Amino acid sequence: MFANLDFDVIRRALPYLFYEGMTFTLTLTALAALGGLVFGTALALMRLSGYKILGRIAGVYVDFMRSLPLVLVIFWFYFLVPYIGQWVTGASRPISVGAFASSLITFIMFEAAYFSEIMRAGIQSISRGQPAAASALGLTYAQTMRYVVLPQAFRNMLPVLITQTIVLFQDTSLVYVLSITDFLGAASKVAQRDGRLVEMYLFAAVVYFTISCIASFGVRRLQARIAIIR
Amino acid sequence: MIEISHVNKWYSPSFQVLTDCTTSVTKGEVVVVCGPSGSGKSTLIKCVNALEPFQSGDISVDGTKVNDPKTNLPKLRSRVGMVFQHFELFPHLKIIDNLCLAQQKVLDRSRDKAMAKGMQLLERVGLKEQAQKYPANLSGGQQQRVAIARALAMDPIVMLFDEPTSALDPEMVSEVLDVMVDLAHEGMTMMVVTHEMGFARKVANRVIFMDRGEIVEDAAKEDFFGKPRSDRAQKFLSKILSH
Repeated sequence: MFANLDFDVIRRALPYLFYEGMTFTLTLTALAALGGLVFGTALALMRLSGYKILGRIAGVYVDFMRSLPLVLVIFWFYFLVPYIGQWVTGASRPISVGAFASSLITFIMFEAAYFSEIMRAGIQSISRGQPAAASALGLTYAQTMRYVVLPQAFRNMLPVLITQTIVLFQDTSLVYVLSITDFLGAASKVAQRDGRLVEMYLFAAVVYFTISCIASFGVRRLQARIAIIR
Repeated sequence: MIEISHVNKWYSPSFQVLTDCTTSVTKGEVVVVCGPSGSGKSTLIKCVNALEPFQSGDISVDGTKVNDPKTNLPKLRSRVGMVFQHFELFPHLKIIDNLCLAQQKVLDRSRDKAMAKGMQLLERVGLKEQAQKYPANLSGGQQQRVAIARALAMDPIVMLFDEPTSALDPEMVSEVLDVMVDLAHEGMTMMVVTHEMGFARKVANRVIFMDRGEIVEDAAKEDFFGKPRSDRAQKFLSKILSH
């Protein structure tokens, strides 16, 4: 069955796959995770703020994002952002937004919905005595969050946050719909060019699997360590 | 120093936790608040630095009205030390950083100054060697002494204690009480919710007895332990002193 396969195509494509493809994938994953975490934490704080309107806005946003398939969001965003940009800036024609910027914004906004739920659970896991003690020392609400509540919430939720980032790492492959050369996109291009679809997609699967697996293993070790500290 | 007048608090229209509480703590005075659980003692002391809101009445600390919306609460709270039943040290910070955080962020002290003050207070509560450890590595008694030091680092004008020994193993109660007794002897103004009647006998000037959200008895220590006027206080005393 494997007689006709030529695995040497992989070796020849390696520099392209990793220098171009994987670099893009990892950059997008890291920036989207960071942005999603910051934006998501802001959403979580809005939901827990006690101001009904803020909480409602954040709640609707989160529910909305979680009810849409990611591919669709990527697609729509890519086509809509130029027009939204035009409308906002009042330019005469749709502004041009690169595929990278567009996909990054999409992923940040999409992931923020998931990260916000994780951070919300994390914040709620902190006993009410902690913010009370911080307030009693004279810290303001913002200081209490920044120095006392969020660091603990982040730490408690770190395994879940990383797990979500692993999912994000896999999801970034969906940018292929924008013809972006991420890792899968690069593999796909080589596959089409050389007519080696099976080899390249097999290899791509192995790479995604390996990286995700190692990361998951790391998460489990991290969990064990955090359990000891607590 | 603390003026509490006609304070009422409801959790819901049908559930009143505090009923017309009026009392005061003058400078240098040590006042012990006792009473059965659910009597509103903790709620009352938390109203003093506005950790708990209340619906009517007034509380002022050093002339500043706590329940005035214009009051800068963080500033007021930074001058009122508070010690909690469950210590509430910040578990992600080292002991010394627990003492430095508010000094640096609230009082704008330099890191060096805050560290010096922190170490001096840790030494005072006998925990200088633990400065670089995390709270989870300390015993309950040690954690509570750190919590007291953390409150003192802010140079408070009054200290509030909310059942500081209730969550401790019996053998650790005295190490915490010793620190509190020292503090009282130094002239610190203190309001202490506690069941430790030995502590009350030793250092309290006055004892307040609460039951069902009311201040039933507010008397000098000698009068309270000698002959409490109310039946409820008598019953309470006979119960907790009988063993």
